[in-house]
Amino acid sequence: MYLNHLIKLPTTSKMILLGIESSCDETAAALLANGRNVLASVINSQIDVHARYGGVVPELASRQHVRNILPVVRETLDQAGITLDQVDGIVVTQGPGLVGCLLVGFSFAKAVSLVRRIPMLGVDHLAGHLLSVFLGDDPPEFPFVAMVASGGHTSLFKVTSHTQFQLVGRTRDDAAGEAFDKVAKLLGLGYPGGPVISRLASDGDCEKIQFPRARLGPGSLDFSFSGLKTAVANHIHKTTEHGESLNIPDVCASFQEAVVDVICEKSLEAARMNQCDQIVLAGGVAANPRLRLRLKEQGTQQGISVHPAPLSYCTDNAAMIAYAGANNFLARAAIAPESDVYSRSPILTWS
Amino acid sequence: MKESAAIIIDLPTLEQTARLGRYLGETARAGEIILLTGPLGAGKTTLAQHIGIGTGVPENCLITSPTFSLLHEYPGRLPLYHMDLYRLSGEEELEELGFTEYMYGNGLTIIEWPDRLGSMLPKEKIEVELHFTGDSSRRATISFHGTRFDQIKQGLDKITTTE
Repeated sequence: MYLNHLIKLPTTSKMILLGIESSCDETAAALLANGRNVLASVINSQIDVHARYGGVVPELASRQHVRNILPVVRETLDQAGITLDQVDGIVVTQGPGLVGCLLVGFSFAKAVSLVRRIPMLGVDHLAGHLLSVFLGDDPPEFPFVAMVASGGHTSLFKVTSHTQFQLVGRTRDDAAGEAFDKVAKLLGLGYPGGPVISRLASDGDCEKIQFPRARLGPGSLDFSFSGLKTAVANHIHKTTEHGESLNIPDVCASFQEAVVDVICEKSLEAARMNQCDQIVLAGGVAANPRLRLRLKEQGTQQGISVHPAPLSYCTDNAAMIAYAGANNFLARAAIAPESDVYSRSPILTWS
Repeated sequence: MKESAAIIIDLPTLEQTARLGRYLGETARAGEIILLTGPLGAGKTTLAQHIGIGTGVPENCLITSPTFSLLHEYPGRLPLYHMDLYRLSGEEELEELGFTEYMYGNGLTIIEWPDRLGSMLPKEKIEVELHFTGDSSRRATISFHGTRFDQIKQGLDKITTTE
């Protein structure tokens, strides 16, 4: 029994879509009009949970998503001044992520879809990230190369349309955002590591310590950040062992520069190898000011335009999920009620 | 419960780590649990990658760090569940995420930062603790808890003595 046999799908682009995201830490909802105007975008960490935990990372559990989902969706509808009756479609993250977490958003969307007879479809979380740039003022044209770097992912794609993505590079061990988190942990700077390292790095010398840049052979578009993390651990260990004091801003700046160098190099190489003159930078790490600046500078030198995702849509959010689904809705795709979430992304395997 | 003395293996190069990992993966049976401990950067995920090669994870499936996503599943001769409990606060969360169901299922479960398991720590398990002995050299302390590992242990002795 397919939903699109039961319900009439919207026929024009004048539709209002409700996006729902619960693949990892954040419970998020958003409303998108005309396939591109964000009416409201709410992330759980911005409302009650934020206040309760004083801005510290919210407790991670599917239980937390269960608790959050209804207030987050309600808040989204309220902020936009929209009722469920006005919603033409629901787009929900289907994977990849933790099955227990994904199921909360997915089952919620299914239930609303069935009860209110609103068509729904599932999209890939990564598709959301690499299309998030279209929610800003500086969208690229197809084709482009997209660098998605976050706590859980570091992947390069060639993007030829709203629905066609080809994986061209990926991390072989740690994700870039994870490297930031772990180095922050080693330095006792707390979680998450990205913002605090970036802040401290601005007072440090990025050439002070030579941390390794893993290039993985000529022509490789893969990443490896595990060795860099270990090099930072070794540096800290040696410095303290010799009784010297650790210059934390220098460590932060030198570490950040190593990550930025590799991401810039590989993104530009991916653009050249795939005959693209545009690069999109997305995911939580794309919020790093040094990375945005350096990639733009280097891109300009090489005649490649760089389009970073808007800052508000770099970290996990549901506006990008709704956007990623908008084009599929127009293509009359809809999800079967018996469909399920997935933990591994099909767009993250070599084609 | 049969307890035995820990086996200490020096891993001067990545190749030794790879060899140990592959062996543990090749000999793994359904329902087996390997706990990996040691500080950040000690090579827990690296060892897990080689255990995965041993269980037959296809080459196009890269085994990457599960720190952010908590759990990665891989196909192979037997399913591989790779967990990193680093970001979890305790037993209750694990229970709610359904992680215990994986642990006693049909595959091999590798658990990084297993201290978060508390009272849910399995009784039958292989424990591998990795220590830094230099920039790229490590030492593994391996202990076997339970009766089902005698054969694996003997094979491990052979691996280390033929070095």
